[in-house]
Amino acid sequence: MDYFLELLCSGFVKGSIYALIALGYTMVYGIIQLINFAHGEVYMIGAFVALIVAGVMTMSGFSGLAVLFIAAIIAIIYAAAYGYTLEKIAYRPLRNAPRLSPLISAIGASIFLMNYVQLAQTSDFLPFPELVPEFEFLEPVAHILSSADLLILVVTSLSMVGLTLLIKYTKIGKAMRATQQDMVMARLVGINIDRVISVTFIIGSILAAIAGVLIASRTGQINSAIGFMAGIKAFTAAVLGGIGNIPGAVLGGLVLGIAETMGAGYISSAYEDVFAFGLLVLILILRPAGLLGKAVKQKV
Amino acid sequence: MIGSFKKSLGISLWFMFLTLPLIVVKVNTLNNTVEWRWANLIWVGLAAFVISGLWQLAVKQQELRRLKFAASGRKVTIKPSLAQRLFDDPVLSRRLLAGAAVLAVAFPWLVSTGQNFYHVNIMVSALIFVVLGLGLNITVGLAGLLDLGYIAFFAVGAYTYALLNSHFGFGFWLCLPLGGLMGMLFGMVLGFPILRLRGDYLAIVTLGFGSITKIVLENWDTVTGGAAGIANIPRPELFSLVLDGREKSVYSYYLILALVVLTIFVTNRLKNSRIGRAWMALREDEIACVAMGVDMARTKLSAYALGAFWAGLVGVIFAAHNSFINPDSFTFMDSAMILAMVVLGGMGSILGVIIAALALKLLPEYLRAFAEYRMLVFGGVMVLMMIFRPQGLISNMRRKYENAALAEEKNNDVR
Repeated sequence: MDYFLELLCSGFVKGSIYALIALGYTMVYGIIQLINFAHGEVYMIGAFVALIVAGVMTMSGFSGLAVLFIAAIIAIIYAAAYGYTLEKIAYRPLRNAPRLSPLISAIGASIFLMNYVQLAQTSDFLPFPELVPEFEFLEPVAHILSSADLLILVVTSLSMVGLTLLIKYTKIGKAMRATQQDMVMARLVGINIDRVISVTFIIGSILAAIAGVLIASRTGQINSAIGFMAGIKAFTAAVLGGIGNIPGAVLGGLVLGIAETMGAGYISSAYEDVFAFGLLVLILILRPAGLLGKAVKQKV
Repeated sequence: MIGSFKKSLGISLWFMFLTLPLIVVKVNTLNNTVEWRWANLIWVGLAAFVISGLWQLAVKQQELRRLKFAASGRKVTIKPSLAQRLFDDPVLSRRLLAGAAVLAVAFPWLVSTGQNFYHVNIMVSALIFVVLGLGLNITVGLAGLLDLGYIAFFAVGAYTYALLNSHFGFGFWLCLPLGGLMGMLFGMVLGFPILRLRGDYLAIVTLGFGSITKIVLENWDTVTGGAAGIANIPRPELFSLVLDGREKSVYSYYLILALVVLTIFVTNRLKNSRIGRAWMALREDEIACVAMGVDMARTKLSAYALGAFWAGLVGVIFAAHNSFINPDSFTFMDSAMILAMVVLGGMGSILGVIIAALALKLLPEYLRAFAEYRMLVFGGVMVLMMIFRPQGLISNMRRKYENAALAEEKNNDVR
């Protein structure tokens, strides 16, 4: 039973990270129907910037949660800047191109960013400074839920609540919803589409950076290739929940994380990724619109 | 002028900010060292300045051309490209083809003497990718089904030969068709569940399939040899003659050359066949195509199966030529590379795919100093190509008419 709880917890933690990244995919897809392949790279860049800031600061003698907080803020700023620039360069000129073009451009951008970080830094794994202190009140359940895990759960929940509020109650959130429903109509009523798309990319990148910093401080090491797998998994989560659907992305992320950890824990850890993709194929065969998505008839 | 100068300056400052932490600070948390490389920042600034200037120029040119075209009247004239004109001229095209054939046949004797067969080996691996590019061209270029896990079929072919040989002692010539058929079988297996999916879902499922194949190869130690792979795969045999190292390479070269010719021949015939036209119709508009009575399931499956067939076939040759395989040869990056060949060459264009495949495989081989930056440039070129020349190096005539029609439509909308 303890083992089960342990797996459930770690699956939940992993799933909430997937969910954070998946939100970026799903929001972008909802508005411009593009798989932002380079989103995983933005997540990786977020983690790397945090590593650099945290590394420099710990070497100058600082430590603790405050360092992690500052590193996270800078990482968020940079990830947002990268997401914004990425959209401007790689996707905006292709907005009216055939469907395949922006997708290929996205794959190119992903390869470019991964190699850019690899050349500028290193392709080796780098340890992330230990900044999360052991919380004392977690002592009795420490083998199930570490303090880094707790931090992840708290921060991801807060981010999701923040995102929901933003989309529901702010002006830009309303504009985003309108653009998602009908881009032409939204433009007609005076919404600046370009700005909405930019903001969507920025919000997605911020969430990805938060996920990157959290996962880096939990696993304790990162390299320039982590973005690729995380990106694919998160996209799988988004599809699982029904792409374009925000609660769906969260649900999909959690389901994926838990299914993957359970499979790895009870069957074989080497095949962890196989369970994720197997689940994806299964869902797409049985319910192509995803768990929460509505099947939309294609109109001619 | 001043405006664009200011803009370039702004962009260069923005990029200096953007690259600041990653390019300037090199932190090594293993041995606690920080390196500050401020000089890099200046290079980034300068490069961004120049590139943004060129970019603005390119965009302005594009805009100017569009305006000129809009002012000149509504009819779109389609100029055949140089390659198209060469092909339309029967005498010239035949001569060119004959020249290329002679060059291809004489190649190993031109570049290799004695025991030096380095160039022949490189050419063999480049030609392997030509076949892969042409195979993927069927699935992506003709049928418009995006496949991001194509390398998996290549792996299936390679492992078919390696395993059948090491366990049952099957020879190369028996395994060659078997590898192709296995590839085809896997293509069908993949094709079935995703028949109903469109575009983006397809991309992610095929990608997942490619990853699963690699993971299984890596972890199923008892059968596939795990990450260490399989060694001592025999080279292709030739009537039990004993060949030395160079002769083996030359033999592989002719083998793969023959396969390239066969692939070109078959794809060319397929393109104009009933099924080829069905593929293209499917690519352009699925609903209209099905409404016209094309059997969607069969058409899609055949596109997957025939694309995968070539990958399986050439996988056998790959295993035989290298005499060693392991899962590292079958990564997503290789799939992306093959896809890039198809896209850069011009989707559906056979000549374009061949040129792109040769360029992408041969240039990095001979520009070793440049090898580190290879993938960086490669990713960048993929983005730029999509923006400035989405039709690829050699564009399809049919595509040109479509694009022209689109441009005209847009033009009318503006008015």
